[in-house]
Amino acid sequence: MFEKILIANRGEIALRIQRACREMGIKTVVVHSEADADAKYVRLADESVCIGPAPSALSYLNVPAIISAAEVTDAEAIHPGYGFLSENADFAERVEQSGFSFIGPRAETIRLMGDKVSAKNAMKKAGVPVVPGMDGALTEDSKEVSKLARQIGYPVIIKAAGGGGGRGMRVVHTEAALMNAVNTTRAEAQAAFGNPAVYMEKYLEKPRHIEIQVMADKHRNALFLGDRDCSMQRRHQKIIEEAPAPLLNDKARIRIGERCAEACRKIGYEGAGTFEFLYEKGEFYFIEMNTRLQVEHPVTEMVTGLDLVQLQIRIAAGEKLTLRQKDVILRGHAIECRVNAEDPYKFTPSPGRITSLHMPGGPGIRVDSHAYNGYFVPPHYDSLLGKIIAYGDTREQAMARLQVALSETIVDGIKTNLPLHRDLLGDAAFLRGGTTIHYLEERLAKLTRPE
Amino acid sequence: MDLRKLKTLIDLVQQSGIAELEITEGEEKVRISRFGQGAAAAPLAAPQQIVMAAPLPAQEAAADSGSSAAEPAPPAGHVVKSPMVGTFYRSSAPGAKPFVEVGQPIKTGDTVCIIEAMKLLNEIEADSDGVIKEILVENGQPVEYGQPLFIIG
Repeated sequence: MFEKILIANRGEIALRIQRACREMGIKTVVVHSEADADAKYVRLADESVCIGPAPSALSYLNVPAIISAAEVTDAEAIHPGYGFLSENADFAERVEQSGFSFIGPRAETIRLMGDKVSAKNAMKKAGVPVVPGMDGALTEDSKEVSKLARQIGYPVIIKAAGGGGGRGMRVVHTEAALMNAVNTTRAEAQAAFGNPAVYMEKYLEKPRHIEIQVMADKHRNALFLGDRDCSMQRRHQKIIEEAPAPLLNDKARIRIGERCAEACRKIGYEGAGTFEFLYEKGEFYFIEMNTRLQVEHPVTEMVTGLDLVQLQIRIAAGEKLTLRQKDVILRGHAIECRVNAEDPYKFTPSPGRITSLHMPGGPGIRVDSHAYNGYFVPPHYDSLLGKIIAYGDTREQAMARLQVALSETIVDGIKTNLPLHRDLLGDAAFLRGGTTIHYLEERLAKLTRPE
Repeated sequence: MDLRKLKTLIDLVQQSGIAELEITEGEEKVRISRFGQGAAAAPLAAPQQIVMAAPLPAQEAAADSGSSAAEPAPPAGHVVKSPMVGTFYRSSAPGAKPFVEVGQPIKTGDTVCIIEAMKLLNEIEADSDGVIKEILVENGQPVEYGQPLFIIG
């Protein structure tokens, strides 16, 4: 087992990883930018290394600085968290080449899943259902592109092969708008990802976002750890997530779960991963795979009783999964609210000093947040302040507990999206369950904003 | 000598009735003495010249009695900070003459030290003219981004 792990991330996930390490008696090295020098987890770390000024490019994305920090502290492994370099195959490679263990899948797996076209093809080969669409990147031939769109059937969506996470996409409803959309998406893809390749898929109009958590060791053992519903999104950013997905038939969930575990075995997946699907009219359609831990992992932890971060660490250290699929039992229901430092209805970021912080507690309540009284939320990074998670024996109980928890929560000094969460937890359609990925945006458009 | 080992020894002396403890391990030697009510750390006679950075937590006396390595007074002059993470070296190679010494006049652009990162040796240049007033880190010490290295007056 590792004696010292370097945490190459910040915010709530850095604290989460640190907690897992400390519980296992593993020393932590936290790297941080100058803006995060007073972070809670920096103060709690065995060692901390300032790796650069505030801008991410010079700090959290600064590969040489991170590897250098691992060298000078004699760390054995590096946990990349989520975002930043967690899905950067080159980083994973350099970490391993420099003599450290990268806590995550092999670089070639990250590369395979990073290209959305090759990921789809790999999934098709592995027997995972995918969104109907083209097998490869679109050519320049407008006649071919039109023919393809007609075959798939409008509406279609044009996506950047090097994109993902909701970026680099455009929906097309008519043939007249097609070539323009393709060309613009291509140009954007080149600018944003350095890769102009785009591909086309059927656009599903009323899907839910349901994803499957997997965990695989280095000995070809792979398990699926249930599903999550993350349909409550705004601009492709998840706001509320829950496990398991409501109104989903158990047979369907087991069947798709098994396909995902089998795909892991086929591609030699190592570590934690998530297969993301759009679910419409009883069918699952693969959109992409995230080769890392996800923000919403706590809801899976609550319903399975497993510690996903510790499993990641054990797998990276070469341990075999002792858990068998029949031992994975989903019990109860968990819902998570992402608390962001932003205006609840305008969504403008709200950095600054938290003057008063009070987090909820009580049965079934879990809070994953690096914030503390007097903490200064820096303006340079994403707005995620923390997550409030409620667990109950039933979805209704989880909802009720979460409503109570939200009513107790105070974050003064900055704006947060807590008012939006309180609103949504009272929303009839959400309470019924099964809302689609467009629901939140449709609702926000209708909402009369309290001024 | 391992700092963790030292701390364990110091705790042992404090908790027991021992007045003085001297341990020799190969070429390293440690002597820890207890005087009167509080416990104080005696300087260690190890060849590597390790200095105890923190005082022993005395039960009655306030922790600031005596031998704490005092925090340096706020530096007067221009501080040269590390632009990167790595290991600080005073010379271009082991045994070679250090780039600068205290009291040495330097100009902007003069190499003052090397910071090694990922097997690459990076020459760090002075960003101001003047005289080296203080060298704040030791040869072979790991440094982080922004860490003060030199004071130029």
